[in-house]
Order: sequence, then C-alpha cells, then structure tokens
Amino acid sequence: MTILFETRSLTKSFFGITAVNNISLEVEEGKILGLIGQNGAGKSTLMNLIGGVHQPDSGQMLLADKAYTPRNPADAKQAGIAFIHQELNLFTNLTIAENIFIDGFPTRRIGPIRFIDRGQLKRETASILEWVGLDVPADTVIETMSPGERQLAEIAKALYFDARIIIFDEPTTSLTARETERLFEIMRQLRDTGKAVIYISHILKDIAAISDSIAVMRDGVLMAQESAESFTIDRMINLMVGRKLEQLYPPKTAQSEPDTLLQVKNVSAKGLVKDIDLSLRGGEILGLFGLMGSGRTELARIIFGLDQFDAGEIYVEGKRRTANSIRNSIKNRIAFVTENRREEGLLMNVSIADNTTLVSLPQFANDLTLYVNQQALSDAAQQASQILQLKSGDITTQAAKALSGGNQQKVVIAKWLLNEPMIFIMDEPTRGVDVGAKYEIYTIIDQLAAIGSGVLFISSEIEELIGMCDRILVMSQGEVVGEFTRSEFDEERILRAAFREGEEKPHAAVK
Amino acid sequence: MSAIQTEHEPQTLNLKRIKATDLATSGSLSDRLVRWGKKLLLSDYFILIVSIIAYVIAAQFFDRLARPLNMTNQLSNMWPLFAVAIGQTFVLIIAGIDLAQGATIALASVVGAMIMAENLNPDMFDKLPFWGSILTENGGLLAGSPIATPVAVIGMLVSGLLVGLIVGTLITRFNITPFIASLVGFIFFSYFALWLTQSRNISGLPESFVNLGDSGELISVYFGPKLDPEIRRRDILAVVTASTVITLGLAFFAGYLLNRTIFGKHMIAIGTNPRAAEISGVPTRRVITLVYMFSGLCAAVGAILYTARLEIGQPTLGGLNLLLDIIGSCVIGGSSLFGGKGSIKGTFFGVVFFVLLGNILDAAQMSPFVIDAVKGLFILIAALLDYTRTRLVRVEQST
Repeated sequence: MTILFETRSLTKSFFGITAVNNISLEVEEGKILGLIGQNGAGKSTLMNLIGGVHQPDSGQMLLADKAYTPRNPADAKQAGIAFIHQELNLFTNLTIAENIFIDGFPTRRIGPIRFIDRGQLKRETASILEWVGLDVPADTVIETMSPGERQLAEIAKALYFDARIIIFDEPTTSLTARETERLFEIMRQLRDTGKAVIYISHILKDIAAISDSIAVMRDGVLMAQESAESFTIDRMINLMVGRKLEQLYPPKTAQSEPDTLLQVKNVSAKGLVKDIDLSLRGGEILGLFGLMGSGRTELARIIFGLDQFDAGEIYVEGKRRTANSIRNSIKNRIAFVTENRREEGLLMNVSIADNTTLVSLPQFANDLTLYVNQQALSDAAQQASQILQLKSGDITTQAAKALSGGNQQKVVIAKWLLNEPMIFIMDEPTRGVDVGAKYEIYTIIDQLAAIGSGVLFISSEIEELIGMCDRILVMSQGEVVGEFTRSEFDEERILRAAFREGEEKPHAAVK
Repeated sequence: MSAIQTEHEPQTLNLKRIKATDLATSGSLSDRLVRWGKKLLLSDYFILIVSIIAYVIAAQFFDRLARPLNMTNQLSNMWPLFAVAIGQTFVLIIAGIDLAQGATIALASVVGAMIMAENLNPDMFDKLPFWGSILTENGGLLAGSPIATPVAVIGMLVSGLLVGLIVGTLITRFNITPFIASLVGFIFFSYFALWLTQSRNISGLPESFVNLGDSGELISVYFGPKLDPEIRRRDILAVVTASTVITLGLAFFAGYLLNRTIFGKHMIAIGTNPRAAEISGVPTRRVITLVYMFSGLCAAVGAILYTARLEIGQPTLGGLNLLLDIIGSCVIGGSSLFGGKGSIKGTFFGVVFFVLLGNILDAAQMSPFVIDAVKGLFILIAALLDYTRTRLVRVEQST
C-alpha cells in the first residue's frame, strides 16, 4: 500500500478561530477514506485547503511525495484532485455534455475559425455517462433531470479528466436508496482502478459499510484515523462528540410557566415537514436539533408564516391561526431571527437605529400622517443597544455592515425585542459569532425566557442546546424523531436520534 | 449634543462638515487645494455648484444664455421635468425603474384635453374613436363647463395613478421584473394615447387650465431702464409661476414622505434588502404598488404642466427622449439603480444640471442629435463620479 496524499501539521484559522488544527492525514491509493465530524468540526475547511480554495497558515501537503501547494481550485484540478460537492455546481440551463466540457470544448478547425466539434463532444460524453451508469442522452439539459441523475452528472464531470483523488462531500443527501447503491458501486470501481477516494458523510452506517479507513474530526482536530474495522458506530459518535461542558453558558434563571404559548398540531408541508407536533410554554427554551436538511429551518419558516403548510393546525396563545402570514405573526408578537443575517436579517447599508426599529416602526408613527417621531425612534434604538451592550459608534449614522458578526446579530435581536415578543424563534443565533458574543446572546435568550417569553432555539450545535434548553426536539428528514427533557440530555443519544441510528431505513426520503 | 444637531439636519452632513473644517486649517497651498477639491466632490451640492459654474462660464461665450427670455424658458423646462423625476426617484429608491412614465405623460395630456377642449373641428377629429359621444363639435366631455378644468386635472391625475397601479400590480402580483412591466406599460399606453387621438393634437384648452403652467406668472422681474414706456415680453424674467408652486409643493410632499414617514423608511428598507424587509413585517407589495402609483401621479403632474405650457393635448408628449432626461437627472442626482439610495434634493440638482447642460449645448449651436449623445456621456461621467465619491467616503471613514 502506498500513500498517495498526506497532510503534515496542517493549520488554518479564520479571524482567530482555528478551523483546522495541526492535522496530519494520510490518503492511500486504491482505498476509500471515510471522513466524519459534526457540523463545524473543520471537515469543509480541510477539504477547501486540499481543493485550493483556501491556503493553510502552516503545515504542508504532499501529493505523491512532492510538495503540493494549490493556489486556487484550478491548481487542484490540474494536480488530479476532483471534488463532488454537496450542492451541485452544474449549469442547469446547459446540457450534460456542455457541463462536462465547460472549460475546454473539443474543437475542429475550418479554415481560420475553430468550431466546437459536436460529434466528438457527444461521443466522449456518452462514454463517460455509460461508465457512471447514467442512461440519458449527452444533450439532456440538466434542469430536466432528477436530483439523483444530476448527482451522477456531477460525478461524470469530475471524472472526465484523469483524477487521482476524488472527494465526495455528502453526495447521498439527494439520492434515492437505489441511486446511493449505484454511487457506492462507482466509488468501489474507482478504488479498484487505483484511485484514492475521500468520502464525507453524516450517515455513519454508510461510512462503516464502504470505507477502508475512517478519520474522525472534532473542533478542527483529527481525533483518530484508523482502519474501518476498529470502529463501531458508538465509537464514531463518541469521538465526534467528546468533551465535557465547561462554563460556557449563563446560569439558568428562567422558569417554565404552565400556559402554552405555541402549539403546532400535525403540521405537514409537502416535501418540507411531516406531521409535526410541538408545544412551547411561557418561560421555556425549547431546542430544535437536526442536521442540515432535516427540516428545522423549514419548520421555523412555517411557524413564522413565511411559508405555508398543507395540513395541520397552529395555535398561538390558544387561538387557532387562520391567516398564516408574517404580519399576523408580528401582530401576535412572534419574532424570527433567521439563520442568515446578511440575506434576511439586516439592511446592511442602513443605520443601526433604522435597522433596530424596522419591525416596531408602526409604534413610532402617526396612523394618519404616517409621521415618524425620529426622537422617540432613536431613543428606543439607543435603549435597546444599551441593554444588549452593542459595541458601535453613533447608531443613527453607523451602517449595520460596519459591525462585527456578534454585534450584527445583536441588532437583529434588538429589532425584534422592540416589538416585545412572546414567542422568539431563533435559527442558529450564534452562527458566525465569536465566543464572547455567544455568551451574551445566551444571556439574552435566558432573560427573554425569564420574562415569560417562549424561545424556540434552533441549532446544529448540540452542546449549546444542552447548555441552554429545557427540552430538545430532534428532527430528521422533515419529521420530529426524538424528544429529550433536561434530565435525559445526552449528546450521544441526541446525535444518534438525528442520524436515525437504530432505525432501518437510513435513506428514506420525505414523501 | 448630537440630539441638538439632529433637529436641524441629517448627521451625515455634520460629519462631513466637521471633517472638512478640520482639514482646511493646515497644510501647504497644494494640499489645501486637494482637500478643498475633495470637500467639493463630497458635498451634496456638488452637482449644483458644477452646473452653475459651467453655466456662468458658458454665458461669457454665448450671450443669449443670460437673456431673460432664455432663463424664463429654462425655468419652465425645469419644473415639469423635476415633477416627473420626483416619481422616478421614488421608484429607483425601491430598486425599480418606471419606463411607463414616458407614456403616462402622453396619456394624461390626451385625457385632459378630451375632457376640457373647447372646440373641435369635425374635419380633423371625426375619425376619433369617441367622436359623437365624448367628443363633439362643441369640444370635449365638459367643454365650456366651469368644472371642466378641475375635472380634467383630476382625470389626468387619475390616469397617472391607474397606469402606476397596473405596472405596480404586474410587478407585485405576477412577479414581472420592473423593467419589463414598465416597458409593457410604456408601449401599451403610448399607443393607446395615439389611438385615442389618431395621432392628432387637441387644441383649444380653457384659459383656466393654461394658467396652471408657466403663463400663470406670480413673480416676474425686469432688469432695464426704469422709464422705458413699454417693457418687451422677452426682457421679463418670470421667476415664480404656477408651475413653480405646483412642483415645489409636490417636492415638499415627496420629501416629507421619504424622510419623515414610515412609508419612506419602508421604501428604503425594500430598496436595500427586500427579503429582510419582508421578514420584518414591511408590507412590501403594498409599498411597491403605492410607489409606482406615486410615480404615475408625478408623471401626470408633469403632464399637466407640459400640456398647459403647450396649450394642446399631445399624444406624443413624453416618449423616450424625455425618459433619458428623467432617469439621467435621477442618476446624476445620486439615485442608484440598485436601490436604497436617492433624494429629492439630489434629483432637483440633477434636473438643473440636465436642463442647463442642454441649454449650453443648444447655445453652442450643436445639433439635437449631438446634444442627446453628450447627455448620454454625462450619465457615464456621473456614474464614474459616484464611484469615486463612494471610495473617497470609505477612505475618509476608515482614517
């Protein structure tokens, strides 16, 4: 056995946070390496270093015993490293053939002008498609294909040039069980022809079934890399989760009250969520855990009235919601901190004060003349920014984009606070926020509950849910698959529920 | 202290001013010139200052520029254009564009004339679609009636609101991009106006209407010998006319809406980030539709002023050339086609710039084709200036 690729003490930090910490990984020729870790463990960063998207701060990479220093993705491709991404990078308005040859069409010269050689394009594409087992014509337009076929087309694109290392990043999320089986077959074929395969997945069973060796990452560190036989699923989860909780969370001051603020009964929305039951009481912090694509954000959007549902009922303070609309939610004092601040949370070029008062604007305006009391407005914004200890310049002139991530998130929270929310939905409120600001956001969440609001806290970090919540619901593939009260909190059990370990059909799609 | 400042003017202005005075106190002459240049470039009044300087310099070469008649003409060109551009500014702030304005002006002009015209020659008009019903030999629908003018004015404003409502509805309910929706509006209503009049101008508008334009002089001045027995018309500079009052009224109303009301704040939110605005409970569809209606209303006000000035209902009023001037004025005045940016004051300066530029080029006896080509170039220059200014502001803020 020969080592085709290795990293030595590879380290990369972003803004002082170490994402990849001193990693030495070995990739063997003719083997499949399974790579696992929680969201944020550093898998993507490591792959981005290998793929030339980022450059390491220190350490080195060796490809066939030669130093390998890609400056951009094109370098990586040149060196024979192929990526098959979770989110597909295909031009949906073009054909398969055009997608595969997008960076260099076969050409033919007629006089001084070079034309695309359609015949050769078709022949070459057909042979690649046959190899990956995709039975469609080369001139099929991508947007007419199913997600599984697209995934195979993506693989065909990656394999068209002679890759030596092929990296699959969560390739099975959009595949049916049959397509997944076909994909594994392709991976085995690649292995048998002497290529090295890196397979990243959240589905631990698949990892165990197909990998020759397994590497586990946690918090940017490589916890173990050993042959697949030495791993049980339990050991994988153990290594992924690890450490004890430290003093990262504020002491709990809130008490759950008996009255139910929000009740969701049998809510289903086609392709998004299925039969959701959920209730939230005053003073309660309810955690909602799930992996990416589990339907947690979709559920939050439905509860807030941003998306509609097909069946079921939603009750707010005992009253059934008839019109599921954003403005109705705001009137019922429901708040929603979305998972992406930039696209859905903030007006980046607008002042902090105007951002802070956007939701509660009607309170500052005369109903008839629409006149906004600017003084009252900036006083309210000022007060909110003091309560949340916002670190900023003059809030009436400084634009939101000039703030740090944590302070931007505080502005989003402040915007909702001014509307005195009863129900606070927070989707990944600490994403992209540094440790100090995280603690402050946790404190705000606790205080919200302490004054009787109900908080629905959505996160992909189990630890913060365990640190903060009274109860945790686990979602997977659009369904609630587990519920844990505080005394039952256990990272492994929660993660196991999210992975649906112990259940039979790991690939069951949402119907 | 900051509270006291806010009462008088926006804080951004204060910031610039404080910085500028700090800068101007020291350094060598060339340093000071550079700083002075920067200060001028960053000033909100930059476009106005440049326009006036250019005009004064050009007046040295072409003396007809400074004559009262010419200046009266430029003022009367300015007000209707400004009225229309106010509406366009609103649309640009919400990251839209309203090409339909070009047609709204024609439609409103024709609709008004069809209501109030006082006589119509059957030889010319008997082929019109509404001949015999709305239009007769005696004139339009309400010819000769004392309420003809007010009803016509209301009819014109309603036409504008309706076009805006249609364009706004296409955008908000059918998800058609503003460019296409308003282009469709532009084409459809342009030809609708032509069809209504079979491409003929309708004359014979009542005097009470004509006086709404610049012949309704309120303050005029005369510079010349006191004892001249008869002051010639062309020596009088009409400073304030009915169109001045109407347009400034509209401008102050628009400024109030934009800067002082919840509606204006919602507009800026939509123009900056429509998704964030929606999630924050901003009634985006309603605001967008209302903005297009306001844009139509402004175009109709422009139509009233143009029609009163020409004393005819003209189905070819407005059109593409005027659209160039309207959008050009807004962009030069600091509105961004990407939304979230724009002010009434800036648009006014843009209008002044465009009108004076046209006048200077005209005085230099350039052909009208060259004039429009040069106007196009100036929009490019304005875009480049805006880029430079944004960078300068960023540099100033980071130091």
